Amino acid sequence: MLYREAGQFKVTYSEDMAIFPIRQDRVALAILLGIAFIGVPLLANFHIWPFGSDYLLRAILLPFLILALAAIGVNILVGYCGQISLGSGAFMAIGAYSAYKLGTGVHIPLASLGFAISIPPLPVLLSILLGGLTAAVVGILFGVPSLRIKGLYLAVATLAAQFFFDWVFLRVSWFTNYAPSGSVNAPTLNFFGLVVGTPIERYLLCLIFVTVFAVLTKNLVRGNLGRQWMAIRDMDIAAELIGIRPLYAKLTAFAVSSFVVGVAGALWAFVYLGSWEPLAFSIDRSLQLLFMVIIGGLGSIMGSFVGAAFILILPIMLNLIPTQFGVPLSTETITHLEFIIFGSLICYLLIKEPHGFARLISLGKEKLRLWPFPY
Amino acid sequence: MRAPGTNEILLQVEGVSLVFGGVRALTDVSFDIRKGEIRAIIGPNGAGKTSMLNVINGFYHPNHGAITFKGQTRARMQPFEASRGGIARTFQNVALFKGMSALDNIMAGRALKMRRGLLWQMLRYGPALAEEIEHRHRVEEIIDFLEIEAIRRVPVARLPYGLQKRVELGRALAMEPDLLLLDEPMAGMNLEEKEDMSRFIIDVNDHYGTTIALIEHDMAVVMDLSHRVAVLDHGVKIADGTPDEVKKNDAVIDAYLGVAR
Amino acid sequence: MPSSTLISASRAKEHCVIALGQFLEVLIGGLMSGVLYSLVALGFVLIFKASGVFNFAQGAMVLLAGLALVRSLDLLVAKGFPLWAAIAIGIGFSVVIMAITAWLVERFVIGPLVNQDGLTLFMSTIGVTFILEGAAQMIFGSDAYPLRLFPTDAWFLFENLFPGGILVNKLDVWGGFIAGILVAGLAIFFQRTKTGRALRAVADDHLAAQSVGIPISWIWFVVWFVAGLVALVAATVWGTKLGVQFSITFLALKALPVLIIGGFTSVPGAIVGGLIVGAGEKIAEGFLGPHIGGGIEYWFAYVLALAVLLVRPQGLFGERIIERI
Repeated sequence: MLYREAGQFKVTYSEDMAIFPIRQDRVALAILLGIAFIGVPLLANFHIWPFGSDYLLRAILLPFLILALAAIGVNILVGYCGQISLGSGAFMAIGAYSAYKLGTGVHIPLASLGFAISIPPLPVLLSILLGGLTAAVVGILFGVPSLRIKGLYLAVATLAAQFFFDWVFLRVSWFTNYAPSGSVNAPTLNFFGLVVGTPIERYLLCLIFVTVFAVLTKNLVRGNLGRQWMAIRDMDIAAELIGIRPLYAKLTAFAVSSFVVGVAGALWAFVYLGSWEPLAFSIDRSLQLLFMVIIGGLGSIMGSFVGAAFILILPIMLNLIPTQFGVPLSTETITHLEFIIFGSLICYLLIKEPHGFARLISLGKEKLRLWPFPY
Repeated sequence: MRAPGTNEILLQVEGVSLVFGGVRALTDVSFDIRKGEIRAIIGPNGAGKTSMLNVINGFYHPNHGAITFKGQTRARMQPFEASRGGIARTFQNVALFKGMSALDNIMAGRALKMRRGLLWQMLRYGPALAEEIEHRHRVEEIIDFLEIEAIRRVPVARLPYGLQKRVELGRALAMEPDLLLLDEPMAGMNLEEKEDMSRFIIDVNDHYGTTIALIEHDMAVVMDLSHRVAVLDHGVKIADGTPDEVKKNDAVIDAYLGVAR
Repeated sequence: MPSSTLISASRAKEHCVIALGQFLEVLIGGLMSGVLYSLVALGFVLIFKASGVFNFAQGAMVLLAGLALVRSLDLLVAKGFPLWAAIAIGIGFSVVIMAITAWLVERFVIGPLVNQDGLTLFMSTIGVTFILEGAAQMIFGSDAYPLRLFPTDAWFLFENLFPGGILVNKLDVWGGFIAGILVAGLAIFFQRTKTGRALRAVADDHLAAQSVGIPISWIWFVVWFVAGLVALVAATVWGTKLGVQFSITFLALKALPVLIIGGFTSVPGAIVGGLIVGAGEKIAEGFLGPHIGGGIEYWFAYVLALAVLLVRPQGLFGERIIERI
């Protein structure tokens, strides 16, 4: 009754093609953005519940935003273009380490040629974006095999990338600026003179990044390129026969996906972790991102957010709920339980609703359109 | 039964042979398709009809022979070159993109014509949106033409078979092809659906002037719709002419009914 | 002048012999560990051959089987059972566990997804992996449990030819022997038995197999059960080598390049692929490693697999994948 399209007429194609054609959705989005941009910082500033301590902001909202961004990147490749990737962790690492090198100054001596390539430390924003760009270039390289190999075999190729880059960032000390411990610290987050330090500032920074990227990727996905990606995913032979070039479509998917994941990696390292080791981007991370995308919904930008939220919240729930009931579980048991629940959820979703929570939500919305009537 | 079109030749198939391992799919087949006509390719099952379309399309490469399309002769053509050159097709088992709606499927057919690059599309507002709207106009014309307005937003996997075939036709039309290859467009349809589809095919030929090559089993449809017919049997062309001529051809009758030995 | 050239000639020969000895040692060691990879890969081939599903959970199955075996073994020995009886009962217990697992997986995961495409089934096995890993450790414990079913010392061969002899691990030899028996057994199973034929039919086309009356649920249960048995065998060998612990599941990841190189549907391919990967890894590590920085073993197999993929996508022994429209 409340959630209805009746009476909302769209008189131009652009209205028809809007992201949120139903007015109620637009209102809901405005409220959500209002809470995110204004409400949260205000509450956090004055330490009003639930932002009494920094925990919610620092340990939940911040990683949620960055992982949601990474999930969007993975979703573009896996959900929209149908190319399975088990190597997204490596691309986060590429983004992080490239941004780090660019942010601390690059010096490559070419003694044989008699000179050295020397780039001074770049401003943080530029480093992050260029880090993403580096990841995009590498992504394109690893996307080339996807023309000949599909599905499972491609998964292996992406695993190759994952393990290879794990090794590169561990062994090639140039990337860590020869730090003896192997872990590095992020440069100061100086954006045009404003230094980002407090949790609220970090949160807002990531929020801005995520919002901008979500809009840009959503635009891509509902335009010509998005349709090309989905065509390749659904039936690549037919796609080729209607004039879509598989090379262009797949490589752009790899490029855009890796760019977003790379930027997310740089944000993860610079803004969330502050100092990190290659382990932060191991295969566990890749699998985690894949799960977010499957659970949240393949081929849905909103689904990426839902999936990220879910994967982050579940361990916390598992920690909190038993304690509330007075049955504290050991961390080991919690980890095991997490595994079991994740695995079961994936199987369940794949059986019942392969399109994840995003589809369940849109089905819910359809039911809501009819509510309180049954049909 | 219908008046033939002009005499200008759009597609010429010359001496095409196609062999898969031990199977001779096509043996020295030659025929032409004139601009503006509806050409039927018929024959018993396994005659090589779909293989012939696949060769024209560039999906299979013939072992011998060549195809001349719009004056250009090629022995091997990539599917992308065929579609860019103006050849579109539909498939026996509907090859729609199951994850997308009918509208999106047809819009996908416009991919060839859309020029705005990645960066403009990311921004959307401005040139990319204008292009999207312009192509949306064209696609809506096709949707009107095929009378599928009501199912625009429905994911194609949920559509009944007959409507799926219509959406597929729409997607092929969206490419604004010079030559449209239809592989058994009436398969699995009842009488009403066949009449609808026939009407659409004739309208496409009349209204857009598209040359059509059509594989079909329903003889009544073939006789009514086509200007000329080529008959294949076991990979060899056994007859070529107007529907009336072909209907009376002994070899054709033998192929379909079998010869008592 | 002459004496120094004589001395350097004999020293050169010595170096050659030592180098050859080292190479042989690395090669044999690599081949042996390759056979152990094949043991894990065989489980994959089995399931893929019979159901077209790539079972990401094979590694977790090795863990489960290993844990069931080692924990029951330890328990029984602690209770005073003689070793042979403990081993027999322990193995029996693991077999039962794998049977139950196979039934559960078929009933609740694979069965409901019977007509979905390969990618969906693959992702469901990722789900199964997590369930098995969590459940196995929750029930049986998550420490590292040493297993001592095979001798772990080594032979030194050809001591008269090469100084120090060539080190050959007894465990590796046992592993090779067992792998050989397993391969022979599986080959007979697939080619000669009725169930084996039915398995191959199911792998080709689920629907067609069902329509000729092959009971798919039963077949898939058999497949997963046999794969579970293969996992158990792999667990005994690898468990002795590494101890039964969580990291054993990463073997599954190592088996992937083996399968790519050998072909997903080929039992001999799994063996050959394993040998190539094992030998290749060790040789690369030994001879390239010192120059590049070590740790090459980590990714060498994958890059090798990638190279094979680009040249021959179906692997050395696999079947060509033909797409029709």
